[in-house]
Amino acid sequence: MTLVILTGGIDLSVGSILALSGAIMAGLLKRGTELEALNLYIGYGAPAAIVVGLLVGASLGWFNGLMVTRFRVPPFIATLAMLTIARGLTKLYTGGEAITGLGQVFVSIGSGRLLGIPNQFWIAAGIVLVAVVLLRKTRFGRYVYAVGGNEEAATLSGLNVARVKRSVYVIAGTLAAVGGLIVTSRLNSATPIAGEGMELDSIAAVVIGGTSLSGGRGSVAGTVLGALIIGVLNSGLVIMGVDPFWQQVIKGCVILVAVVIDRLNYKE
Amino acid sequence: MSEHDEVVLAAQGITKRFGGVKALDEAHLEVRAGQVTAVMGENGAGKSTLMKVLAGVYQDYEGRILRNGREAVFANPRQAQEHGVTIIHQELNLIPNLSVAENLFLGREFLDGLGLIDFRRMRREAAALLQRLDLDVDPRTRISTLRVGQQQILEIARALALHARVIIMDEPTSAISEREVDVLFGLIDSLRREGVAIVYISHKMDEVFRIADRITIMRDGRTVGSAPRAALSHDGVVRMMVGRDLKDFFVQTPTARGSEVLRVQEICLPHPDRVGDFLVKDISFSVARGEVLGLFGLMGAGRSELFETIFGLHARTASGQVFLEGREVRLSSCAEAIAAGLALVPEDRKRQGLMMDMSVAASISLASLAQVERFGFLSDRRERALAGDFGQRLRIRAVSHRQPVKHLSGGNQQKVVLAKWLATRPRVLLLDEPTRGIDVNAKNQIYRLIHELATAGLAIVVVSSELPEIIALAHRIIVLSEGRQTAEFSRAQATEESILKAALPRSLSSSRPPSSSGAATR
Ligand SMILES: Nc1ncnc2c1ncn2[C@@H]1O[C@H](COP(=O)(O)OP(=O)(O)OP(=O)(O)O)[C@@H](O)[C@H]1O
Ligand SMILES: [Mg+2]
Repeated sequence: MTLVILTGGIDLSVGSILALSGAIMAGLLKRGTELEALNLYIGYGAPAAIVVGLLVGASLGWFNGLMVTRFRVPPFIATLAMLTIARGLTKLYTGGEAITGLGQVFVSIGSGRLLGIPNQFWIAAGIVLVAVVLLRKTRFGRYVYAVGGNEEAATLSGLNVARVKRSVYVIAGTLAAVGGLIVTSRLNSATPIAGEGMELDSIAAVVIGGTSLSGGRGSVAGTVLGALIIGVLNSGLVIMGVDPFWQQVIKGCVILVAVVIDRLNYKE
Repeated sequence: MSEHDEVVLAAQGITKRFGGVKALDEAHLEVRAGQVTAVMGENGAGKSTLMKVLAGVYQDYEGRILRNGREAVFANPRQAQEHGVTIIHQELNLIPNLSVAENLFLGREFLDGLGLIDFRRMRREAAALLQRLDLDVDPRTRISTLRVGQQQILEIARALALHARVIIMDEPTSAISEREVDVLFGLIDSLRREGVAIVYISHKMDEVFRIADRITIMRDGRTVGSAPRAALSHDGVVRMMVGRDLKDFFVQTPTARGSEVLRVQEICLPHPDRVGDFLVKDISFSVARGEVLGLFGLMGAGRSELFETIFGLHARTASGQVFLEGREVRLSSCAEAIAAGLALVPEDRKRQGLMMDMSVAASISLASLAQVERFGFLSDRRERALAGDFGQRLRIRAVSHRQPVKHLSGGNQQKVVLAKWLATRPRVLLLDEPTRGIDVNAKNQIYRLIHELATAGLAIVVVSSELPEIIALAHRIIVLSEGRQTAEFSRAQATEESILKAALPRSLSSSRPPSSSGAATR
């Protein structure tokens, strides 16, 4: 999400893509693919199901990117449409029911531990590391900042602006699918409402982390901090037994305060 | 109304810091009614910063501002406007998606009886203002479709609409043509007669000596001198600006003309809206190794569009052929043009040249990132070396290579754009107004640099709307008017008169001789 916002875009569809790819992984594991016409049944092991799920996430992201670049649909609209589409597909695919009982191998990914630390953490840390290096140390990362900073100047500098934009949506889609993998395997079930509201949390994390919504300025480190703040808030308020309705109000206020502080600093 | 020659606005002991950097160090300035006070100084001397303090843009400064002898504190630009002080910033500040009329009256829209915007009246008033400025555009036109020069004139129209008593103009002529300069100067004259005080910042010595009553000179954030124009000479001003004698002014040397590097044939670019009309029509020319070709034309002559077309930006609509070292190339994107060895320093640095949030080093390396890679990753060390190298050659004044370019002074931003393109090590350099906003000293260095590059074997095409610049730089001059090529001169044949004559649009030169202007006769 940080990458998308750095280019001056936004991706509202990550929560839905998370749900759909999670559901597809679960569905393939449970039911396989039946092609009645060919009288063919394909069963899936965990690795194959995961790969297909990630591919689904990537292609939906690619589709977002295509809409934004080729057809010049504003990112907000394109991904808002995808939010609904992917959510609808998830419900169709699952028939509105949770898919549970996914097998030992698959479940161990989300709930297992390595060196006593949950796998989830390793996966997240790995992704953060790759993202930091990508943004700070590669040409692609520099181009992401450049496109968000000034598209016309980026074009004149010989950048393929459309390709950079498409890439960030593909990355966002794929990572949403990774999220789907983690959530589904940890809960040992894929529910059609997984990841609802997730897009807002992730945008909030990016913004709290100091990334500018108009693009060109921000960092992954900031987003990690933002995500931690959101995470601590989400669980902290529950643990403290705060009224769930108040939780939302408090979360909103924290977002505002963080962004205002950032603005004041930035003006200096 | 204030008496003529009375000090209506004064800055006393103004110090302004950005973080640890002192941009202004006890600077002072006096502005008199009915006079033009010119402010001169090198890039980064603090001129724009002082003006922003005077216009209420910055509030955290030390020192005092006196308006009509009484201390004034402006909490924001609007309060300064209410005190009659208006600034026209160095970088244009119009809203691209709004119309000319909407921009002119932004924040002070006329309302009708129902509290809705009275567009009819706005358009009428806008049209009157535009006529006064001799600007031929419809008030309903969207800003984004206007050229820079027209936008600059609009900024001035906006100050007039505010009925300002003190107008600060920060390099108003850096983007406009000679004809528009004459219009502007006529206007300044009449404002002066009405007792309006004008602060005029410019790097163009001849302009300053033509229009100013007093000249104030700044260096390193300090005011180092101020005197009536008559008491100062060109050399004297330069000496105060630089702090020492400036020696060896640039003189052109004929270079050995080598083999042809770039040839373009019958380049055409249709007008995006008007069918059958062309922005660029049948332009053909060639440049050789070691040659500096000048392209002269007034605003709207199609010079920038010609460059953009050659650079592959309009591949879908344009036609024509481009040959590099004798072989035809199809350049369908800027990336291909860069790979082929072309570089384009664009006209409008804010819109087309820079990402304002990027650091100096990142901006310089952007178009040649492959050079600073090691094992597929960007190397900080190499990037610093690249930026340091070009920063030094162009004498870019920045606190560090990590400073965002938006914190640089205008002239230094221009140098960053130049550095970015030189870093791509091009064979052909297309320069669109390369010295816009650059001070005399640095300009001199850039002229010399251009010739060094030519001597080193580059083929260079320079677009400029400054006649003296074209004549100083180019070995050969091609004149464009309304998208067509109207004349070609060798260095020896070229005179200011003959070039200007060829540059005037036909519609204009026949029906309306530019009598309002001194340009053609000077
Ligand atoms: N917002 C800012 N943050 C940090 N430094 C700044 C900022 N604005 C200006 N500066 C610094 O203050 C100094 C003076 O800048 P200023 O823009 O006033 O120069 P100038 O005289 O107008 O130059 P030019 O002729 O190039 O326009 C420069 O060194 C510049 O880097
Ligand atoms: Mg300035």
